[in-house]
Amino acid sequence: MQPGGPQFELYARPSRLLTAFRTLRANPLGGVGLSIVLLMVVIAVFAPLFARYGINEYSAAPSHGPSAHNWFGTDRFGQDIYSRVIYGARISFQVGLLSVLLGVLAGLIIGSTSGYFGGWIDTVIQRFVDAAIAFPQLILLLIVVRTLGPSMRNVIVVIAIAIIPSTTRIIRGAALTEKNQLYVEAARAMGAADFRIVFRHVIPNVVPVAIVVSTTLLGAAILAESALSFLGLGIPPPNPSWGVDISTSRSSFPLNVWAALFPGIAISLTVLGFNFLGDTLRDILDPRLRGAR
Amino acid sequence: MTHYVVRRIALAALILWAVSIAVFLLLRVAGGDPVVIQQGFNASPERIAQVHKELHLDEPYYQQYARWVQSMLTGDLGHSGVSGRAVIDEFTARVPVSFQLMVMTVAWTVLLGIPFGVISALRRNSPPDYIVRVFAVLGLSVPAFWVATLVLMIPAQRWGYAPPLNETTNIFSQPWANIRQMGPPSLVLALGSTASIMRLTRSQMLEVLRSDYVRTARAKGLNERVVVIRHALRNSLVPVVTILGLQVSGLLGGSVIVESIFNLRGLGQYIFAAILQKDFAVAQSLVMFTAAAAVLSTLAIDLLYVVLDPRIRYS
Repeated sequence: MQPGGPQFELYARPSRLLTAFRTLRANPLGGVGLSIVLLMVVIAVFAPLFARYGINEYSAAPSHGPSAHNWFGTDRFGQDIYSRVIYGARISFQVGLLSVLLGVLAGLIIGSTSGYFGGWIDTVIQRFVDAAIAFPQLILLLIVVRTLGPSMRNVIVVIAIAIIPSTTRIIRGAALTEKNQLYVEAARAMGAADFRIVFRHVIPNVVPVAIVVSTTLLGAAILAESALSFLGLGIPPPNPSWGVDISTSRSSFPLNVWAALFPGIAISLTVLGFNFLGDTLRDILDPRLRGAR
Repeated sequence: MTHYVVRRIALAALILWAVSIAVFLLLRVAGGDPVVIQQGFNASPERIAQVHKELHLDEPYYQQYARWVQSMLTGDLGHSGVSGRAVIDEFTARVPVSFQLMVMTVAWTVLLGIPFGVISALRRNSPPDYIVRVFAVLGLSVPAFWVATLVLMIPAQRWGYAPPLNETTNIFSQPWANIRQMGPPSLVLALGSTASIMRLTRSQMLEVLRSDYVRTARAKGLNERVVVIRHALRNSLVPVVTILGLQVSGLLGGSVIVESIFNLRGLGQYIFAAILQKDFAVAQSLVMFTAAAAVLSTLAIDLLYVVLDPRIRYS
């Protein structure tokens, strides 16, 4: 609460850093989410510093539980699970970031166009979106990867495609509100062309919505990658994808629960981080989206 | 209203038509000859050409598509390219498994999700609320395939226990075996749906509890229980029913991941195998079934709104 009157000028405007700090204090879960995500990013970037063995390096007798030598135990090939989980962060974040970037960018352009122009363009785009949403998601992913062949590039493309329809719908809703704002009218009055208005005015103003959507989608994309890899239609083994490692653990004999446990904890923790962060960002940046999921 | 319903049905038909083209092309654009995959790489060229002819795969796409749509509209789903069985026979054998899984999953979701969501809202910012909220966010973050894997592996490693995995059990003639078989997968599937229903019930209840009519109900001295159940909960349930409806339609086509892990012979496992083997007839029919379930239940939910909430009118 800022009291009115002359003493108003005594207060300096809080710095950005301070604002960010206060926001985090008011939303402890968001802070937890951010810390988890940052930790995972650091692990992914500096994976070789954290890992104790190479990705496909034989370290000790296969299918053993945690020990001082192999912190998370060994898998059925005698590889160090801890090191594979560390390198797995790289795959998850690469797939997550690239697919969400591609998908949300496409959704941003298509959705803004659809919302801004309205009319038949909007109708056609929205009917395509309807059909795409009616198509069962996981089955779409499976069919496309089966067709293109499992590889990291294809997994990224496929998840990006799956992201486009729902993003388009949300961005369109946001663009509809922006379209009627005074500044758009002003731009038009100054003679700006439609495409200039869309790219210079509408899109920058719906970016906050896109950021909120992206945060939650990052978690979803990482889950999707691990599920595809688990089913054998994602990142091909012996790459250290978390999904691949859980799948491999199922065929080990004697059974070794540790080999399934740790990669799953890594997935859950990462997705949890993005969910906490997404919820908090949604509350701060865009109250309209509350309960949208 | 009639005009609205007719328009929506026409739209639903249009969407399904678009889905049919999409699945038809997606299956065919690339990725190897299905007959070679199904017959094995040692099959003679003559044999492969013969199967192509039998399955009409030698015709141009538009003829294949027309043939498929025509037979689908007359109720003929075609034959599996792998087993040669009629798709409809396999389909009817597998529907009960996926259906039971859906019913049990939704039962868990309703029985756990709604009461705990209400408790969480009533005891806001108390330990029970925190527990419910942490569980809800965990349920949305933990991958189902991982939980399913652990649910099978841990008892197997510790006690050498495994549920029945290689047969389809009947709930009426073998109730115990059936519960051992279907209980764990339905609970795993319910993890995510329960979490989202809890969250939704909680946020809806919090909103309704703040409303004027709840204050009025309390002010006129109604029993708190009546206020919560008759006034607040009832009005919170509209969006909850919507999401539940979407979950039901999503589960009607079976769950690819959970059915595959628990080796349940349901629709999800069937479509997964069909996609892997490029079994066109099976994959096409099942995708159409799942899409139709989704489109029709969305329509049903929109129409149900009118019944649940008289303020909503469609023109």
